[in-house]
Amino acid sequence: MSSPAGAHPAQASAEFFQRDRSIHPPAYTPGYKTSVTRSPRQALLSLQNSLSEITGPVFGHDDLGPLDNDLIRNYAKTGDPIGERIIVHGRVLDESGRPIPNTLVEFWQANAGGRYRHKKDTYLAPIDPNFGGCGRALTDTDGRYFFRTVKPGPYPWRNYVNSWRPAHIHFSIFGSGFAQRLITQMYFEGDPLIKACAIVNAIPDPDAVDRLIAPIDLNASIPLDTLAYRFDIVLRGRRSTMFENRLEGN
Amino acid sequence: MTDKLGYLKETTSQTAGPYVHIGLIPQQAGFDIFETNFGNVAVGPKTAGQRIRIEGRVFDGTETPVRDVLIETWQANAAGRYNHPADTQDKPLDPDFRGWARAGSDFKTGIYTIDTIKPGIVRGRRGRPMAPHINFWIAARGINIGLNTRMYFADEGEANAVDPVLNLIELDTRRKTLLAEPVTRDGIAVYRFDIRLQGENETVFFDI
Ligand SMILES: [Fe+3]
Repeated sequence: MSSPAGAHPAQASAEFFQRDRSIHPPAYTPGYKTSVTRSPRQALLSLQNSLSEITGPVFGHDDLGPLDNDLIRNYAKTGDPIGERIIVHGRVLDESGRPIPNTLVEFWQANAGGRYRHKKDTYLAPIDPNFGGCGRALTDTDGRYFFRTVKPGPYPWRNYVNSWRPAHIHFSIFGSGFAQRLITQMYFEGDPLIKACAIVNAIPDPDAVDRLIAPIDLNASIPLDTLAYRFDIVLRGRRSTMFENRLEGN
Repeated sequence: MTDKLGYLKETTSQTAGPYVHIGLIPQQAGFDIFETNFGNVAVGPKTAGQRIRIEGRVFDGTETPVRDVLIETWQANAAGRYNHPADTQDKPLDPDFRGWARAGSDFKTGIYTIDTIKPGIVRGRRGRPMAPHINFWIAARGINIGLNTRMYFADEGEANAVDPVLNLIELDTRRKTLLAEPVTRDGIAVYRFDIRLQGENETVFFDI
């Protein structure tokens, strides 16, 4: 905790590219009904980055346990969880294509039947006694992360009376500065529910939706054992100009 | 995937959904899975600085407390320096302070709390001092992209008056949405910071 080592110093000291909001869902998307009362209506106030935005929390291996990226084992009580065994892997890059090393990636999901281990989930699909449904990993020096899990099932939710979420895994990513903080969801190639989902359809740009759909990656699969999906994550880029020069130059 | 200049596109945001607790604060979801858990206590016994508690609720557009919200805070230490390599101010780092905390609001009352220290003044752009403040990031079901705001301290009038960010906000009523009022309870300074997602006193949110 005393020696922050989250990012290469030259990359970590400059301000971020402005966020392109056209590829993100706006706050107010009436097709996703919960957004109606939870969406700010005033314009966001644009802030040039200061130290408060270009810095962010630094995590290390001390924060993680050895099974944190193995959802097949990290809650196993009596055996393996039920479901298709999968690996999810990819890289965390910035918009300039540079890897983001040592950044915390967290993920959570329903079990193979589409049920979450959560007090508030009342779907009648059963809880799996051997599946917790969450994990986390730190990216390596090339920005790579991976974890092992079972493929989550789709589940119904109260939006329209017949709304179903496509199979998905929730992701939380930090990056090297607080302005890169992101939560998103990964979907699976070929899932027919993606195009019918109100949360997916809150995204205005079809290409941006495509980038959330992980293709199957047979080359990364383990024969006779585990299928793999690949999901690369891109966080905001940083200017190459050193921050201090820009600020102090007046 | 890339544009004409070869830049990649940022990954699109999606809502954290109703079960954000499972991934990020599983103990609140009702189960125990990790050896080390992130939480709402940012301080350790050796952390330098004045202990404070931040307490509040997040309200939706119908004035209803949001009871499934996730809040993260990021702040400088008591000397006004962030624990990050990009902060090269000539001030001491505090090895016992990461500067980050995460809290879920209570499922019944909607109240969140953060136990931390009061941050110092941080140098802002062009060397202008920024008043003590805590950066907030808010995610929840129904929030399509995480919301950024800042909490300032109502009892830092002098510093607030020259703060470059507060001074970007023209309307006094809007500026006030970022000011947390202090109360003392059981000997600890408690700052009350409610956030309004929508409506008459909508909190100022930033595009950072
Ligand atoms: Fe979900």
